[in-house]
Amino acid sequence: MTTQFAKSSRTGRSNWLGGIERLSWMLGILAILGFLYLPIAVLVAYSFNDSRSLTWPMSGLTLDWYQKLSQNDQLIQAFYNSVYVAVSATSLTLIIGIPAAIALDRFDFPGKGLFRKLILLPIALPGIITGISMLILFRSLGFNLSLQAVIVGHATALLSVVVTLVYARLQRLPASLAEASADLGASGLQTFFLITLPNIRTAVIGAGMLAFTLSFDEIPVTFFLTGRDNTLPMYIWSTLRRGLTPEINAIGTLIVAMSIVLIFASVLLLRDKTKSKNV
Amino acid sequence: MSAPSSGRLWRVAVLSPPLLWTFVFMFIPYSILFVYSFWEQVYPTFQPAFQFGNYLQIITDPQYFNVLSRTLKIALFVSLGAMLVAFPYAYFLVFKVKSSALRQVLYMAVVAPLWVSYLLRAYTWKTILGTTGILNSFLMSIGVLSEPSSVFLYNQTAMIVTLIYVFIPFMVMPIYAVLEKIPKSLTEASNDLGVGRLRTFFLVTLPLSIPGIVAGFTMTFCLTFGDFIAPFLVGGPDGLMVANVIASQFGAALNWPLGAALALVMMLIVLTIVTISDRFEQLGKGKFA
Repeated sequence: MTTQFAKSSRTGRSNWLGGIERLSWMLGILAILGFLYLPIAVLVAYSFNDSRSLTWPMSGLTLDWYQKLSQNDQLIQAFYNSVYVAVSATSLTLIIGIPAAIALDRFDFPGKGLFRKLILLPIALPGIITGISMLILFRSLGFNLSLQAVIVGHATALLSVVVTLVYARLQRLPASLAEASADLGASGLQTFFLITLPNIRTAVIGAGMLAFTLSFDEIPVTFFLTGRDNTLPMYIWSTLRRGLTPEINAIGTLIVAMSIVLIFASVLLLRDKTKSKNV
Repeated sequence: MSAPSSGRLWRVAVLSPPLLWTFVFMFIPYSILFVYSFWEQVYPTFQPAFQFGNYLQIITDPQYFNVLSRTLKIALFVSLGAMLVAFPYAYFLVFKVKSSALRQVLYMAVVAPLWVSYLLRAYTWKTILGTTGILNSFLMSIGVLSEPSSVFLYNQTAMIVTLIYVFIPFMVMPIYAVLEKIPKSLTEASNDLGVGRLRTFFLVTLPLSIPGIVAGFTMTFCLTFGDFIAPFLVGGPDGLMVANVIASQFGAALNWPLGAALALVMMLIVLTIVTISDRFEQLGKGKFA
């Protein structure tokens, strides 16, 4: 109330200054939004450009590049490889990561501090470190580099993401729930599937979606661990070595479309969470 | 919580997969990496040894020292640049936007690109800044340039711009989080006591937002420090960063011991920064408690 009163009693000159201030804020924010979205807009727009060159202004519209994509067997194979890797790595990292988060939240055991540090390390550590250390491991053991090696590498690097998200949710979950379940005679397995998992469901789904996205886009670990098979980002990467093509813009546009679907899905999941809170 | 035998079994079942996994795929590989850094190259391969030659080479050979200091410099510029863009944006959202729906939309607008492929976001800058790119042809069409210029791409500035663009969400998120937590009553009280808005900002808002700035700075710095994609896409001959050099030691140069030593130096720098920033946050927490 007081601020409102103070504002209305200001002189015309400070109103004028306030207007300038508001205008410059708006321009600044618009510039930042432009900085964020112009490149993505360029990517999408030029995937429909009917010339090979990426010059301004665009010459005309075409769907040729999308048609070319559908005939590019290498690219389609790379896409399937990426889906295979991302789905497997996400499942693995959830299977290992959820128990890890539960252990960190509920159990005390010797070496817990080291375990926590180790498992969270890849959050801060560049992906290349995970990549080369696993390369050395696999080579020392005599294993061949392959998509399976990539899956193990991704699952390890993404463990930190899953553990962080699931642990944060577990911390907000009262321990009394699981204790009550145990007191009533439920086994650990029953308590997990009937009490704990339903309560951390959205965190698990969110972590899974994030892990999938990160794995689908991963380069530093894949770069060192893949054999002859390419994932989609590695295929794009190797195409970029040869120069720019509008085909890349077309793949990019499809990936952006997929990301938008994922973003909306995650927003909907968030809404689901707030609803269940009210009930 | 007296554990019956089934409870103990459950504990073992929960604990062993993650413990085993982290031991086999994290503890052992990091240890081998450490061991390798003392090995020596005997062309065309390398053999076990215990010597500090690789580390010595990193310190004394200007080639490696320059790459390290360049990487540090670029990571610093990227973090500073991202902060200069992110802070006003987050400040605007928290203190200037009245409608919470608009605030959420603008927040999502900056975080959403994280879901879009990192490689593609970096790649778009190549198409924008290149000699046959959009910026050049745009400047020519409006008559600023008469012929395409190559000054925009393949240099450190292009790399810094690209990396700021890619990592900016990591800066906005923590700064937004701390600004949002500052009670409005605090700045109002300061204003009511006759302190000007600028001084309120420097004496109240900015000091309280330091933990968020430090968190964002650390994240952006570490991500940039380990990046090897932007140098490849938009960096020039003078744009190699540590990760590129490590990659080439494990690839064409086939000097794994030197690569391992470089990786450990990188790890040391990143972990030092994370530790300092953790201490800083703890310090901040202590103050408010």
